[in-house]
Amino acid sequence: MYDFNYKRASSVDEASSSVSNADEGKFVAGGMTLLPTLKQRLAMPSDLVDLADIGELVGITVDSGSVTIGAMTPHALVHASDDVKNAIPALSKLAGLIGDPMVRNRGTIGGSISNNDPAADYPSAVVGLGATVHTNKREIAGDDFFTGMFETALEEDELVTKVIFPTPEKAAYMKFPNPASRYAVVGTFVSQGPQGTRVAVTGAGPYVFRQSDMEAALEANFAPESVESIKQDDADLNSDIHASAEYRAHLVTIMAKRAVAEANG
Amino acid sequence: METTNVSMTVNGKQFSANVENRTLLVQYLRESLGLTGTHVGCDTSQCGACTVHIDGLPIKSCTILARQVEGKDVTTIEGLADGDTLHPMQEAFRENHALQCGFCTPGMVMSAIGIVDRNRDELDEKTVRHELEGNFCRCTGYHNIVKAILAAHKDMTT
Ligand SMILES: Cc1cc2nc3c(=O)[nH]c(=O)nc-3n(C[C@H](O)[C@H](O)[C@H](O)COP(=O)(O)OP(=O)(O)OC[C@H]3O[C@@H](n4cnc5c(N)ncnc54)[C@H](O)[C@@H]3O)c2cc1C
Ligand code: FES
Ligand code: FES
Repeated sequence: MYDFNYKRASSVDEASSSVSNADEGKFVAGGMTLLPTLKQRLAMPSDLVDLADIGELVGITVDSGSVTIGAMTPHALVHASDDVKNAIPALSKLAGLIGDPMVRNRGTIGGSISNNDPAADYPSAVVGLGATVHTNKREIAGDDFFTGMFETALEEDELVTKVIFPTPEKAAYMKFPNPASRYAVVGTFVSQGPQGTRVAVTGAGPYVFRQSDMEAALEANFAPESVESIKQDDADLNSDIHASAEYRAHLVTIMAKRAVAEANG
Repeated sequence: METTNVSMTVNGKQFSANVENRTLLVQYLRESLGLTGTHVGCDTSQCGACTVHIDGLPIKSCTILARQVEGKDVTTIEGLADGDTLHPMQEAFRENHALQCGFCTPGMVMSAIGIVDRNRDELDEKTVRHELEGNFCRCTGYHNIVKAILAAHKDMTT
């Protein structure tokens, strides 16, 4: 690891200004992505600004129409929360499928969506539920937040403060995990509710996307049969040692079908 | 190289030492405090050999900076036994022959205690296997590790 300056911010404003005043500043949340990257010398930030002391960024609130999760809330808390389990069981399940228990004790929702790994789980819930991402500067619709592989709408000194998920009528997440890393080879999040009928796919492409053919079919009839014959085009999908684009395309349909069945209970 | 003093409680004792900002908790434990029971098995945050508890929660000490642990309460494998009396999880690993080379064992035991803590009311084999996903063992085939954890669960909850 290259050395860097390290600072713990005590407020959102201080964190943001510390990053903008640094040569190349980076927020650190759970460190579950950032530290492995630094250990491999794939990045060389001049300053790390730790968000761990900003209490207002941690927590879960559930009201009749939505679930709000603070950016620094670790995956383990989201998974274990009875309130989340009752309101959006699919979200609780998704959080419990991320990595392993030690990763879930440290990794946060803010870090996960800001990093926007093509194989990360949370982006599929943000898009699949039509969530809104709140930052220290603005609100960003989930559909506009993810902009490319490892890229988001965030500015350099902008930090995610919370994510608000509207409560769906039904939803489910189905993931085909990489057996070693547990990241999604393909993960499909389906929902029906105030944000319409949604099918969000992670792992398959450069970043999360909505499968509009499946959404239209499910809009007409929310049943597994509606999606089983819809083929995902493999032209823009990822191909790597874990799976070919063709195989990923195949998995999109399988995972969508299983997710719809689970959502229908 | 610039260093900063960090202090934390480790196995019930207060320690402080100067570290570089980039010093990992596992380096601090092994190199500054001489607590070499916590192992490093990979460079990719995947194997779990480095698992310790921070404020009671299992985490990978190779993926957290010593400075991030300032003021916190750390438990390592060395902090479990009470004199010559092993912790019930250590005892269960011994009884069930849950180790061969022993390299993964400190991390396994720390992670296993977390499994029992999270599932005090009820624990089955499937849950143990799912929750062991962050700990690799290259010797045992996991079977006896799972057995040991289920046995220790009984011991620790009755
Ligand atoms: C072994 C292992 C297995 C994993 N498996 C999975 C998996 O199956 N599924 C999955 O989805 N993920 C997986 N992860 C990643 C994990 O979910 C991380 O928690 C997540 O990617 C990053 O969150 P973090 O809090 O650790 O962020 P960090 O690593 O601290 O930060 C990541 C990036 O986000 C930025 N950032 C952090 N917080 C904010 C914020 N509030 N606002 C703006 N920018 C911010 C940082 O500057 C950095 O660039 C795995 C990780 C490991 C080590
Ligand atoms: S050494 Fe920490 S996970 Fe392998
Ligand atoms: S006992 Fe050898 S790696 Fe587990």
